[in-house]
Amino acid sequence: MKSEFTPPIGKITQIDGQCIALIGNDIDTDRIIPARFLKCVNFDSLGESVFEDDRKTLKGRHPFDLEENKNAAILVVNSNFGCGSSREHAPQALMRWGIKAIIGESFADIFYSNCIAIGIPCFTLPKKSIEEIQNYCDNQFLFLEIDLENSLAKSKDLTSNLEIKESTRKMFLSGEWDATSTLLANENLIENKFNQLPYIKFNTHLAI
Amino acid sequence: MSQNTLFDKVWDLHKVSSLPGGSDQIFIGLHLIHEVTSPQAFGALKDKNLKVKFPDRTVATVDHIVPTDNQSRPFKDNLAEQMITTLEKNCLEHKIRFFNIGSGNQGIVHVVAPELGLTQPGMTIACGDSHTSTHGAFGSIAFGIGTSQVRDVLATQTIAMNKLKVRQIWCENKLSNGVYAKDLVLHIINKLGVKAGVGFAYEFSGPAINALSMEERMTICNMSIEGGARCGYINPDEKTFSYIKNKLCAPKNKNWEKALTWWKSLKSDEDSIYDDVIKIDSCKIEPTVTWGITPGQSIGINQQIPLLDELSPNDKLVAEEAYEYMSFNPGQSIKDIPVEVCFIGSCTNGRISDLRVAAEVLKGKKVSRNVKAFVVPGSEKVANEAKQEGLDQIFKDSGFQWREPGCSMCLAMNSDKLIGNQISASSSNRNFKGRQGSPSGRTLLMSPAMVAAAAINGKVSDVREFIN
Repeated sequence: MKSEFTPPIGKITQIDGQCIALIGNDIDTDRIIPARFLKCVNFDSLGESVFEDDRKTLKGRHPFDLEENKNAAILVVNSNFGCGSSREHAPQALMRWGIKAIIGESFADIFYSNCIAIGIPCFTLPKKSIEEIQNYCDNQFLFLEIDLENSLAKSKDLTSNLEIKESTRKMFLSGEWDATSTLLANENLIENKFNQLPYIKFNTHLAI
Repeated sequence: MSQNTLFDKVWDLHKVSSLPGGSDQIFIGLHLIHEVTSPQAFGALKDKNLKVKFPDRTVATVDHIVPTDNQSRPFKDNLAEQMITTLEKNCLEHKIRFFNIGSGNQGIVHVVAPELGLTQPGMTIACGDSHTSTHGAFGSIAFGIGTSQVRDVLATQTIAMNKLKVRQIWCENKLSNGVYAKDLVLHIINKLGVKAGVGFAYEFSGPAINALSMEERMTICNMSIEGGARCGYINPDEKTFSYIKNKLCAPKNKNWEKALTWWKSLKSDEDSIYDDVIKIDSCKIEPTVTWGITPGQSIGINQQIPLLDELSPNDKLVAEEAYEYMSFNPGQSIKDIPVEVCFIGSCTNGRISDLRVAAEVLKGKKVSRNVKAFVVPGSEKVANEAKQEGLDQIFKDSGFQWREPGCSMCLAMNSDKLIGNQISASSSNRNFKGRQGSPSGRTLLMSPAMVAAAAINGKVSDVREFIN
């Protein structure tokens, strides 16, 4: 087991780590964490079960089982990664295994917002660039330094401009990815909205 | 950028503020919770010393982990018991209305909220479940969220979100006999692809959509997420209003009149602007079945599993993975592939009209000897209604097992699971690897009527041969 897990807090400006390539399109959240592991009331023990069924099928040859990847922190994936179920257990499992950032061709919407909400930046790159990185780190150790301020990824022989939604990038830089306190700060506006919405008035029955 | 669509109107109405990063703070009119994605959210509230802001805007039920054979408490499965107990405790502590087993209103959250009249036009609805898009059938803007966002809704009744683009999917003509909403939505997902909807809300419209019942519309919106769209909706009409009328939580008397006036004003304008428009010819669609490991990998009942060369470069990688996982050959007919398990249920197709259609096919027939078949009503209400109509008896007489309501083998969090590499004909929504509880289990998605036909023949069959 890896060193003890500490969740990210506050501003996220820089993520450094070894890359791990996972090849495949449309990798869904059932595959990232099969439903039987959702029978839990906290996320603590999910890390060891990430990709459980895929790993068993590959009998030790899955990227998440390879000795050389055991300290990897930056996951490199293909298109529509994280599709399907909204389970936050999926990015939670990846994070608890050691993943701190993901670079991919594209991400499913709910998975993407779950990653933001728990502090995992997701970046995109064109298919060709992703395949180059995946080929590279399949053959040799690739350590990337990701600078969120400039959306740049650097290694000893590669510099790449990563793409990330501007609003998302700002949330990581300011620490507002952890949204609760930002949302709560508008308490008056929330109350106003509640009072203005037409249907609140004719749905008073929702109260116990 | 879209303008004056229903989506734009509802979004703007619920916008609380523009957040510094550029996303919007959106008020959530109805928050639905269940036992799987809420415990960590309540835990986080406790850690942050926060209260539930508007307890009466959240409604709970229990669905994912409930057993469908014996629901007496405590459940045999300790973990499942722990999850339901945690939900009971959280609802009690935070004064949240909870429809528990035996209340007469328990069931799959996306079946229960509409049948209680909680789901209404013009609302924003969120739930820690991707199939929340179902509620868009009523002209609400509904989407799945993760557990951290469940926490945010509990604490603030709002979430931070980027506005989606809007794609209109115009469904021309009408579905032919023996072809159902499930076939239409599988066809749409196949045509557009499983990731085409990323960043979009889907507006389903056109004559084929207008002709659908509310329950069929729910099937369509339910599977928006399988096409990548977090939200799918249909402009409300008279069918919508009459479905809601007199439901337990529907507005009553003067409030009903007020609601109706407002709801009638809610629809996309004639000249609204969409980010994209797609046209589908509904009358050409055949009963549709998936052959692979994504809901986009589907074909008509009389078609063959596509050859690699027939697929676009982007689809080849997953197709190769699917041939291998499913042990099917490219070029093989989908019809007559033997099935071992037949499952009717889920938030996609576990409603009373789904059970009626399947029972009609099964009436006076027997399930093939080689098939284990079971039906899981979407809710206690669906189960009771089916019993009143004698549908349970038709299912039992045919050889189907009649179970208690829940999500069951759609995602197999209870003991209803495939074994080994069994093939199931399933009325659910996902054919992902391992989805139905066995890491090598295989799922063929189809309409409830087609599941019934497969159950009788013990192989994938054309339901039109039974009903015409």
